[in-house]
Amino acid sequence: MWQLFQLEVYKIFRRPRTYIAFAVIAFIILLIQIGLKFGGKEYVGIVMSGLNETFEAPTDQVLNGYFVCYLTLNLLLIHIPILVALIAGDMISGEASMGTLRLIVAKPVSRTKLLLIKFSASCFYTLILLIWVAIFALLLSVMLFGTNDLLVAKVSGSNIISSADVLWRYFAAFIFAGIGLITVAALSFMFSAFADNSIGPIVATVCVIIVFTILTQMQIPFYDETVKPYLFTTHMLGWKGFFYVKGVEGVTIDGSIENFPAIVKSGLILLVYSALFVFVAIWYFRKKNILS
Amino acid sequence: MTPVIEVKHLFRHFGDIKAVDDLSFTVFPGQVYGFLGQNGAGKSTTIRMLLTLIQQGSGSIEIFGMDLKKHRSEILRQTGAMIERPDLYKYLTAKDNLRIFATLSGIKITATEIKEQLERVGLADRADSKVKTFSQGMKQRLGIAVALVHDPKLVILDEPTNGLDPQGIADMRKLIIHLRRDLGKTVFVSSHLLNEIELIADSVLIINKGKKVAEGNKDALLNPAKTMVELITDNAGNAYALLKQSSWAENLVNHQNDIITLELDKSRVPELNRSLVEKGINVRSLRPKHSLEDYFLSLTGH
Repeated sequence: MWQLFQLEVYKIFRRPRTYIAFAVIAFIILLIQIGLKFGGKEYVGIVMSGLNETFEAPTDQVLNGYFVCYLTLNLLLIHIPILVALIAGDMISGEASMGTLRLIVAKPVSRTKLLLIKFSASCFYTLILLIWVAIFALLLSVMLFGTNDLLVAKVSGSNIISSADVLWRYFAAFIFAGIGLITVAALSFMFSAFADNSIGPIVATVCVIIVFTILTQMQIPFYDETVKPYLFTTHMLGWKGFFYVKGVEGVTIDGSIENFPAIVKSGLILLVYSALFVFVAIWYFRKKNILS
Repeated sequence: MTPVIEVKHLFRHFGDIKAVDDLSFTVFPGQVYGFLGQNGAGKSTTIRMLLTLIQQGSGSIEIFGMDLKKHRSEILRQTGAMIERPDLYKYLTAKDNLRIFATLSGIKITATEIKEQLERVGLADRADSKVKTFSQGMKQRLGIAVALVHDPKLVILDEPTNGLDPQGIADMRKLIIHLRRDLGKTVFVSSHLLNEIELIADSVLIINKGKKVAEGNKDALLNPAKTMVELITDNAGNAYALLKQSSWAENLVNHQNDIITLELDKSRVPELNRSLVEKGINVRSLRPKHSLEDYFLSLTGH
């Protein structure tokens, strides 16, 4: 099992297309960092002028590595799923279009095992991609902008998290984002089991993410209780919860989380969705006639 | 002797289309078993059922004396296959491809073994080349190496000469003979190229529209007691009329394009010639149809 997993990972990382995602992420994050390096003070000024509260922190202290990372994740975590779909959507259908699926299915490995190994390899790729994001968005931002307290703006009010209380939150947020991206990988993987070419599953995943994200972000009351709670894209935003801190009279409490049960609930919902998508993929693939 | 493959009353429908229709056959150890049929006759569907790529319809498939449904893994561990085109991982090297398929077959393969496998198919010097740089013939040979990487007892080859040039076809033929003669493998090879099967197979199964139309030893199929004879004369109309009125009438099969076809015992061919000459008919050609192709075409009605 371990050897087969290693082979799947080897196959993923020997394909040039795998590195497109890594290059795109590095490029976008560098663009954000360059923009903020040269025009960050103006940007922070605009952000702060939009807030109702007044902060004692000067603009140049607000613009630090943690703030840049938070901003980058807000911009990026909506789009990374598309890059995950590029690989996860190709895991089975890509083999079918290459003609190798019939060779691997004719080997003495059960179809269930084969799919579980392939899904595990997709998850591994997803997590490596996330580590790449962490390196560029957090590590490089801290190197370029230094560290300081983190200003987090939200609808209900903003708060400042002390610099000593930030890093673990990023660690937790990245783990949560990993769970969210694995759900996307599972969705894409499920589509891949149905198709015999790579384009279909990738496009289908992207379409689902676009539609669901639009629904998630729409401020229409009718959808708030009827649709949004059931969309996995709603729960993928749960990572932000680690940056919403409890406070007493405007002073934030270190180590606190405003609504931890909501984060746990979202995480569990994402895991259930992932399991469901993988189950459907296996159920279908076990009966599938390999005609490619 | 336990058969390597024993298929009994196998059916497979796709909607209303009968892809395989009550097919039964037996393959014994050490045979090169030719599986003949035109495109769409049901060969690939049968092979895909043997390899569990397509769900089996009704009927039974036993390989190495075991039921395929119950002992899939054990059977596939001893079976190697090349199915239609030799599609491999084009972005990987020949060496990588062999390593991947060896692992999938449940074996660990050393660098020396990989080299030996590639040497067998004449690709040792291209071990580190990516498959996308290979010619069709080289891909076909690598496909064979992949099929043999775990030293299977049974080798299933589906149209192995497709897309090959004459030299490639000759090489493939030698390789199949080598597999049987020197390595003792049982080879189940499908083709629509009858002359290829004629040159390599011991036994032949011919299918048409999913149904078996003939099975047996190749020589027996090629040399039946009765044979088809093609007769060409300088006046086909007269000759046909005379034969129809004579004792040869019962042997007449058809009369098309100035060629008269008769079915008769081979020993009576000289007698037929004498009889025609005595009746004043000039015989230009009197040719027994004896190739597998002729036999195949006569069976499938083409």
